[in-house]
Amino acid sequence: MKTFPHLIVCEHCDTVYRRVSLESGDAARCVDCAATLYRANRMNVDGWLALTVTAAIALVMANVCPVIRISLHGQHNEVTLWQSVAALGHGAAAPIAVPAALSVIVVPGLQILLLGWVLAFARAGHRAPGFAMAMKVLATLRPWSMVEVAMLGILISIIKLSNVVQVTPGDGVWATAGLMVLITLIASRDIHWLWGITDNHPLRGRQGV
Amino acid sequence: MSGRLRARQLGVIGCHVCGLVCKDRLGERGHARCPCCHTTLRRRRPDSIGRAWAFLLAGMVFYIPANALPVMYTGLLGSSSDNTILQGVISFWKDGSYGIALVIFVASVVVPCTKFLILGLLLVTSQRHSRWAMRERARLYRLIELVGYWSMLDVLVVATVAALVKFQALGDIEPRIGIFFFGAMVILTMLSALNFDPRLIWDGMATHE
Ligand SMILES: [Zn+2]
Ligand SMILES: [Zn+2]
Repeated sequence: MKTFPHLIVCEHCDTVYRRVSLESGDAARCVDCAATLYRANRMNVDGWLALTVTAAIALVMANVCPVIRISLHGQHNEVTLWQSVAALGHGAAAPIAVPAALSVIVVPGLQILLLGWVLAFARAGHRAPGFAMAMKVLATLRPWSMVEVAMLGILISIIKLSNVVQVTPGDGVWATAGLMVLITLIASRDIHWLWGITDNHPLRGRQGV
Repeated sequence: MSGRLRARQLGVIGCHVCGLVCKDRLGERGHARCPCCHTTLRRRRPDSIGRAWAFLLAGMVFYIPANALPVMYTGLLGSSSDNTILQGVISFWKDGSYGIALVIFVASVVVPCTKFLILGLLLVTSQRHSRWAMRERARLYRLIELVGYWSMLDVLVVATVAALVKFQALGDIEPRIGIFFFGAMVILTMLSALNFDPRLIWDGMATHE
């Protein structure tokens, strides 16, 4: 099949553009619908992989260390991120625990694993086994990753409970905040250029990918 | 209208996974895969409008019990009550936590209702091949993609609070069925937005030319 590696199609309105090289930090925008076409890549693979490993540590910490501790009349309680979504599993609303756990733990975890896998091979200039599948899954997962919502949820819970009980933020809350920033950095929309830095792709070596 | 060409006019398709632009041979073969990542190439998301309507209507139906039924049971220091989302907002407001009342009101009322309206508007105008305010409609679509998932906030706040407050005699907070309907509504409207193809907004141009 004939392909046109020098072209790009806007995903939001189907307008066709010629690819141009971008200054670092710039983004190419669609003239018709103002959607972002692509960005100049801001990270090298090593930096990206390092952030992915850090994100993995933050995710583990948020699920091992308590995010919030409360005490009431001498009794104490604390929960990790995992325990808080698991609490939804009790009672009438139980089915909603599944998407809640997916969006704040499982999906970010999968994003980190898949990126780690793909980047580890990309470091050597190779395409990881299952690369296309991993990239497809990463694109599908992106809208369902909600660590930032969990972070705001924790903050609101802290304020909400501080009216009635004594509340202290745990170490897990810092891990969650770190994870929120890291996931945004590593798993944003602009993972397309990974196709360009690994071998056997028509876009290899092209500017602006 | 503009000098820019759309993929359909040029006879090409952009792969939505790897971004490669390929020659559009769907007319002859009926089925084609991207030579790079083997994703099935499609001019538009399949049955976009029908699926988006189905998810949107289901989401709107779920929004009714989400508001009418209690989302949380609070039994603390002798007093106990079942609370709906709006009762929660009102009690924050009365306690003087105006900021939190506002955040929860936005996440649970403003965002879902805006989403219903915008998706309904996009679907109706696209079905009519309208050429009205295409650029603005494209922006509205990106807006709901950006803010839609923040509504999950309510679910995660209920989860965290319910997980923490478990003091047998002294106090207990439990999730109630309303939060299931609310979470399901958020997921259904997200699915509606994901199934809607923003390129349909611009297809009105072709039919009028
Ligand atoms: Zn565009
Ligand atoms: Zn492809």
